[in-house]
Amino acid sequence: MPELYELTGREVSEKIRSRELTVKEYISSILERIRKVEEKVHAFVTVLEEDALKRAEEIDRKADCGHGLGRLCGVAVAVKDNICTKGVRTTCSSRMLKDFVPPYNATVIERLLREDAVIIGKTNMDEFAMGSTTETSYFGATRNPWNPTLVPGGSSGGSAAAVAAGEATLALGSDTGGSIRCPASYCNVVGLKPTYGLVSRYGLIAYANSLEQIGPITIDTYDCALLLSVIAGHDPKDSTSVKTPRRDYVDFLEGGVEGFKIGVPSEFFGEGVDARVKECVWRAIHTLESLGATYEEVSLPSLEYALPAYYIIAMSEASSNLARYDGLRYGYRVEEDSWDWPTVYSKSRRVGFGAEVRRRIILGTYALSAGYYDQYYLKALKIRTLIRRDFEKAFEKFNLLAGPTMPVPPFRIGEKIQNPLELYMCDILTVPANLTGGPAVTVPCGFVDGLPVGLQLMGRPFREDLLLRAAKAYGDRAGFEGLRPKL
Amino acid sequence: MKKPRISRREVEHIAWLAHIELTEEEKTLFTEQLNEILEYFRKIDSADTEGVSPTYHVLDLVNVYREDEVQESLTREEALSNAPKKERGFLKAPRIV
Amino acid sequence: MSVQGVIIGLEVHVQLTSLKTKLFCGCSSDYRGKEPNTLVCPVCLGLPGALPVLNRKALEYAVMAALALNCKVSKRMFFFRKNYFYPDMPKNFQISQYDRAGGVPLAVNGYLTIEDQNRVKKIRISRIHLEEDPGRLVHLGPIDQSPYTLVDYNRAGIALLEVVTEPDFNSPKEARLFLQKLRSILEHLGVFDGSLEGAMRCDANISLEGGTRVEIKNITSFKEVERALNFEILRQRDLLEKGISVKRETRHWDEARRITVSLRTKEEEQDYRYFPEPDLVPIVLSEEFIKDVKRRMPELPEARMRRFMLSYGLPRYDAEVLVSSKDLADFFEECVKIYNKPKKISNWMMSDLLRCLYENNLELKESKITPQSLVEMIQLIEEGTISVKIAKKILPTMILTGRSPREIVESEGLTKITSRKLLSELIATVFRENPKAVRDALTNEKAVHFLVGQLMKKTKGKADPALANEMIKEMLEAVRRKEGSSKASTPSQ
Ligand SMILES: [Mg+2]
Ligand SMILES: [Zn+2]
Repeated sequence: MPELYELTGREVSEKIRSRELTVKEYISSILERIRKVEEKVHAFVTVLEEDALKRAEEIDRKADCGHGLGRLCGVAVAVKDNICTKGVRTTCSSRMLKDFVPPYNATVIERLLREDAVIIGKTNMDEFAMGSTTETSYFGATRNPWNPTLVPGGSSGGSAAAVAAGEATLALGSDTGGSIRCPASYCNVVGLKPTYGLVSRYGLIAYANSLEQIGPITIDTYDCALLLSVIAGHDPKDSTSVKTPRRDYVDFLEGGVEGFKIGVPSEFFGEGVDARVKECVWRAIHTLESLGATYEEVSLPSLEYALPAYYIIAMSEASSNLARYDGLRYGYRVEEDSWDWPTVYSKSRRVGFGAEVRRRIILGTYALSAGYYDQYYLKALKIRTLIRRDFEKAFEKFNLLAGPTMPVPPFRIGEKIQNPLELYMCDILTVPANLTGGPAVTVPCGFVDGLPVGLQLMGRPFREDLLLRAAKAYGDRAGFEGLRPKL
Repeated sequence: MKKPRISRREVEHIAWLAHIELTEEEKTLFTEQLNEILEYFRKIDSADTEGVSPTYHVLDLVNVYREDEVQESLTREEALSNAPKKERGFLKAPRIV
Repeated sequence: MSVQGVIIGLEVHVQLTSLKTKLFCGCSSDYRGKEPNTLVCPVCLGLPGALPVLNRKALEYAVMAALALNCKVSKRMFFFRKNYFYPDMPKNFQISQYDRAGGVPLAVNGYLTIEDQNRVKKIRISRIHLEEDPGRLVHLGPIDQSPYTLVDYNRAGIALLEVVTEPDFNSPKEARLFLQKLRSILEHLGVFDGSLEGAMRCDANISLEGGTRVEIKNITSFKEVERALNFEILRQRDLLEKGISVKRETRHWDEARRITVSLRTKEEEQDYRYFPEPDLVPIVLSEEFIKDVKRRMPELPEARMRRFMLSYGLPRYDAEVLVSSKDLADFFEECVKIYNKPKKISNWMMSDLLRCLYENNLELKESKITPQSLVEMIQLIEEGTISVKIAKKILPTMILTGRSPREIVESEGLTKITSRKLLSELIATVFRENPKAVRDALTNEKAVHFLVGQLMKKTKGKADPALANEMIKEMLEAVRRKEGSSKASTPSQ
């Protein structure tokens, strides 16, 4: 018998619906688990112990009265701390927003609550989602539950670690250049970046608007489909949200991959990708083959430029998005009476932002500034067109593209933090999906030296159904899904 | 040594534009790091983008509007709840000139 | 009057005041007189995570305005971010439009004609675009002496139409005439109410021959534009005459002190780092959309002026003055509807009504006078109940209190005295009190006026002037006859 905190989202909601389990029992088990392991993992910025218990009682009452329960009834969801929660501080793991309490909920939060989910806490992240290790948090690094001396990946490291460690059953992350898939891969959980426009960004504190999406981080593919079904769908508050018919992704899980054509981009197995990772991923591709799919290698030559193009676009947008943090309406402020406003702004922003955030703002400001716009920003947007064309062409032939999620296994905390460029390189395989806007999922596909490796599947825009179906087929056969670290 | 992409003075100017104060040591460190990163970014120079139009949006959505209908605003208490300094319902900013 | 060697260009910001909500959020746009920071939401407060959604009506209004200003409306456009820090900007960038870096503003290449002393001049409009209004800064005293600044974001996010002209003005007066005409057009379109404070503001670029271009910000009404520009001409001319070069800079118009003060110089010039707003999608205007807007476009001042000349037989000058403000033109037509004497109505409006409004520093809309009451006043004159003089006297009361003219004259006893009996008694008294004048009047026409004056004084202007004149002459004639007969009778005595 697994512990209550080890149940999947599906199991929890079914047991609660059938009254086999009360929300209170289950939430207490989660909170107990948090008390036990959080010190080692540090997945959360804020744990909502009282709120969660209160809400558990509410949902139990609702169930006892025979009221209909939502799809996520009672399920503990951890939410990345860049998604606004009304009345609950939302910090982006930054000193700048350490006391910021939004007066409104993000659309995804409204949807979670509507389905009777319990928000268990706000998870740690790289400051303003700028990083791949969750080390740049003002509140300190999150640790990989598989080995606390290693990074959990980032920037949604807290969300992935919380799910892996049993501190939450489901989690939301955000993915600008791999920030869901990277930590999901490093923590042996499932993570999906939805198609741009599928999930509302309203209430997601922007890092790079044209690239990012909120998405699920879960213990298995079923939960991933379940959580995606809840958060996806048109939102009039987000102008870039697409009017797709609402779908239940759970319905598409069982079709298998018979007849699927899978493209394997040779660029995903280039130098810089760890040989052991390659081996794991190839094994996964062969598993898919054994399930009836065929594969073929393919070249996407424009990928060579994906990483620099991605960083230029992301930093440019970020430099503008983060301009609002000046300590006037909200946020950190240092001041002496004699200072004029530019002095107060510059000093507040110097102290309120960490080094990586400042570095990216300055680079982005540079890339947009007079005389450099065409060379950097505009050129990067043109490269984005080239990359989209390459992918469109590939998807004329293939249902899916497959490759590793991360080029290297999880590494030691502190190992790369002093060298920004080396860290940027970690995102090389995840940024293409953000540039094209298409969906991408990572599923556990094995271990090297006891450390998780993720298989990344990418699909055509709005074909999350196919991605999840393949992920489910693979996950069921391979058996790495659901494996948890010993803590 | 290669000609730097960005000079220390430029870093100072950009930091001024971005309203971020830098210490002397940071100026040195950032200039060094920024040059390394920009050097890498210039990899894109070799991409042939002749005649390629930029992708501003990956979606082909156009004309997304809302109707001119009044929605409830925040209460003033909510609106000012995160403000470090306020006075008589106003936010308090430093002097302008 | 064009001032030698002066070149002026304007950037006018017009609030689309007829909208119920802001440009990108559903907060009410009715912010005037409201408590600070009570009409704000996550979007217009620039809270982290909030996203803009465009007000459809704002776009329609803007397109309508662009068509009325003879512009070419763009078929495909998007919004840009204009990045600069300032405490009135909730996001430290403004969502606006741009004409470079691949940007296309809402409309380009328009014009308006202005007329100054019968000289018609075409002012080119280089572009028109939509953008969001910043918040309001409150200083404690003058901007350069305020120890801190108070910020109210109720205005932040209000839809602004920015109209940018070429530097085609050669005098401050031309700039004012342009703004007046712009106002009238926008009011006729029903998108704008110029009587609202701060609804039309502008920045001006001005340079004198041999000088440098200086930008003046914070001109908050078209009344101020002439003042600010005149000040700047004097300031710059003074510098040039002393051989001091004019600095290229941005200056702030201090309305209270009526001077401009330096805000920033060229060295600190902004680099706005424009780039397309990723949170909004492109706008594609179809031919049908533009046609539809055109079809629904109301009559514009120019057409209205021609109609006034044609159907009411007004002279061009009258028609032009009346359509220079939509309120004025509407008021006029209301009057004509009730009382079909267009020229008479126009005369009263153009001279006394406008002067009286000006003297009381009121817009027609702010005054209490109604078309009904103005017509009633004219009718009272026509039917002989009051004199023109009395009419002029009660007009200010009508404007300030809204009372009906009949009620005013009745309650204040201002009705014309038309009773021959009463007048003859009064004239007799005047004659008795002024025997010398009566004697003079028998031979001297001027002395007759004196007697009429005395009568008016006695009646506080209420005596019917025509009748009074007639009766005084009659009674003088009687005196003359009486004196003649007494002379003639003497020999017979
Ligand atoms: Mg403007
Ligand atoms: Zn608002």
